[in-house]
Amino acid sequence: MARVHLWSSLRRLAGGAEVVEVEAATVGQMLDALVKAHPGLAPAIEAGVSVAVDDEIIANARHSPIHPESEIYLLQRLKGG
Amino acid sequence: MPKDNATGEFRLIGTRPNRPDGLDKVTGRARYGADIVAPNMLHAAVVRSPHAHARIKKIDATKALALEGVKAVVTRADLPKGLTGEDLNLQENTLAGDVALYDGHAVAAVAASSALLAQDAARLIEVEYEVLPHVIDVDAAMAKGAPVIREGAADYSVPEGMHPNVVRHMEFGHGDLEAGFAAADLVREQSYKTEATHQGYIEPHACLGQLGEDGRGEMWVCTQGHWYIRRMSAAVLGIEAANLRVTPSEIGGGFGGKTTIFMEPLALALSRKAGGRPVKLVMSRAEVLRATGPTASASMDVKIGMTKDGKITAASVNFRMQGGAFVGMSPIGEALPCAFACYDLPAVHHVGYEVLANRPKAAAYRAPGSPMAAFAVESLVDEMCRELKLDPIDVRLKNGAKEGTKSSYGPVYNRIGLVETLEAAKAHPNYAIKLGPNQGRGVASGFWFNHGGETSVSLAIGEDGTVQVSIGTPDIGGSRASIGLMAAEKLGIAYEDVRVNVVETGALGVNEPTHGSRATFASGKAAVEAAEQAIREMCRRAAKEWDIPEEAVEWKDGAAMPAGPNAGKFPPMSIAEIASKMGSTGGPISGHHEVTAEGVGASFGTHVVDVEVDPETGRTTVLRYLVVQDAGRAIHPAYVEGQYQGGAAQGIGWALNEEYVYGEDGRLQNPMFLDYRIPVASDLPMIDTVIIEVPNPGHPYGVRGVGETGISPPLPALAAAVAEAAGVRLRSLPMTPAKVLAAMRARKG
Repeated sequence: MARVHLWSSLRRLAGGAEVVEVEAATVGQMLDALVKAHPGLAPAIEAGVSVAVDDEIIANARHSPIHPESEIYLLQRLKGG
Repeated sequence: MPKDNATGEFRLIGTRPNRPDGLDKVTGRARYGADIVAPNMLHAAVVRSPHAHARIKKIDATKALALEGVKAVVTRADLPKGLTGEDLNLQENTLAGDVALYDGHAVAAVAASSALLAQDAARLIEVEYEVLPHVIDVDAAMAKGAPVIREGAADYSVPEGMHPNVVRHMEFGHGDLEAGFAAADLVREQSYKTEATHQGYIEPHACLGQLGEDGRGEMWVCTQGHWYIRRMSAAVLGIEAANLRVTPSEIGGGFGGKTTIFMEPLALALSRKAGGRPVKLVMSRAEVLRATGPTASASMDVKIGMTKDGKITAASVNFRMQGGAFVGMSPIGEALPCAFACYDLPAVHHVGYEVLANRPKAAAYRAPGSPMAAFAVESLVDEMCRELKLDPIDVRLKNGAKEGTKSSYGPVYNRIGLVETLEAAKAHPNYAIKLGPNQGRGVASGFWFNHGGETSVSLAIGEDGTVQVSIGTPDIGGSRASIGLMAAEKLGIAYEDVRVNVVETGALGVNEPTHGSRATFASGKAAVEAAEQAIREMCRRAAKEWDIPEEAVEWKDGAAMPAGPNAGKFPPMSIAEIASKMGSTGGPISGHHEVTAEGVGASFGTHVVDVEVDPETGRTTVLRYLVVQDAGRAIHPAYVEGQYQGGAAQGIGWALNEEYVYGEDGRLQNPMFLDYRIPVASDLPMIDTVIIEVPNPGHPYGVRGVGETGISPPLPALAAAVAEAAGVRLRSLPMTPAKVLAAMRARKG
């Protein structure tokens, strides 16, 4: 199961958990699984998040693979200049 | 590895050919936004609110419309209703609805047969306002009793009990903060402030729009991202994106400020109302400063614990940023993860708030959020280094993030080049120069994530074997040359045989703007893939001609050739030869690649600056300036150096002079370059650069973005240098002569 780290403001939408474990093979599946398990997260995820999978930040790629041992961090949607 | 020690691994990459846009720009031939004209064209002017916050009670355009030559007036009533989220924000900023939210907020627009007539007509549009209380300062906007700008705008994240102007909250970190501070020999906590600054691009916003009653239209516009212009304008006007064709002009600077719309839908709406006649709209400098995105102002608290030998044991920040009167515009979400990105910390915590204020809708500005964060964190690191009498580079080396470090925002870094920049800065001759009286030296590091993003590129082989590459990322810093070099390197042909064109929205799939330092990385990566596709096809054509298997052909030095002695004896078939026959061997040859680019490599830099402060006037003179930054791979080193120098110049302006000055009435007091003081060439020394190359494993040639990191270190580096030179630490920017002098006098009592 991949471990998804939530920033503090998201934790109360996920029952207070700092880390949520999800069964997923892609970033998209992971986001869908998060919302299914914790519907309160839907507005935050729909508003847009960046996802860090292990050592790479993925701004917007639902099909990017994740592995069972992946450490995933949800980040605020990043914008650049 | 410093660029001067390049190994010659590549034929073209790392060389400095003439820039493809150079001749056009120096001869005035380059066509910028305001240069575009069309037959039967009208000109537009915009009526803007003179109040920071006011209810719009009535708009009467009768007198304007009575002028001969005035063809159309639009107000918010002409735009569709029912938009939500960011689309509503965009529409609200394009034209105010019931309430004008900042000084300069557009209220109405008029199109007429000449620019002067349009300006006269704009003055005849009568707007009745009910002035409302306003708030400008970020801390004041959060305080009890501050005027509420948008009731109910806060999102799910804001804790209960906060002022309604606080619309977003975030918090994250790792490690045991209390234990970390307890383990420190020195714990210091300070507050810092930065003012809003503008991107300061030399070319004001300009566009020419045409929209018929059938909802089909065209736009020519100065922008960093024409697909964004298309999507946003279509949303604001309620038309279909595919019916709007957008062509970007040459661009005179953007720095993030041209990644969104400000007035483009007005030209289209006026055109539609004027029977489909094209409408040209060009902003004045005052309009640019009053009504287009500056960056946020910030108020920041930092706390750091350090051992006496310079090891950081714990660190925390609490940042407040306002991004104008619109939700989601402050770069707080970027500032927090940038704050300690340069450090390997056992315990770190971040808290941030986004706040509304009666200011323009902020836009991205070069590494959004990172310069403010760097100013606060790097300033306190410097203060503690001085207190503990430690070398600031040694302390950063002791705590510097490297491959395998768990970043302050969570993920573990792959290969990064911060340590290499610190070592090169320490070894540079500038760091050993002895300083004189009233002089000081500052050091700081900075970080930016970089970005991949949606990218679509086509590459077509011409009949003579030369190559055209079509990209969708406007060239704001040398990407055409860099992408041309990469395509030529891959194809094995001369750089001069490749022309890279930025094409309109009808020619490619969706491209994100040139933002996030992504153009050379992402469009370059896609161009290399497209070249490989074309090479495969050219090898296939050669194989057919020679009647040998495709896999028996390889591509080398710009030609197809047998892959070994067993493939047969055939002379190399050059790209020109293959191209000359392509009509009879299967048709045009091209390559195409579209992707949401991954494999981004983070960017780190370290700056060293020496200044002299005049004790009689408080004026700071920058004596010498050094930028050391990891480029991954410098495709065209001259452009990379230009990016480093440009970032440093903008950061120096932010540190020393630039600020939005508001009066008691909430109106911007300095909406022109005379009073909004950006640095000019005579203010700056030659900015020295060192290109570090720690190749990014996620790019075929190792590219990291280079455009943004360079603006972050100047703010704290200048503050540190001024502190040493003047004997006073300024914790709010800009460090104007008046502010420095007042601080020096206060110290003397």
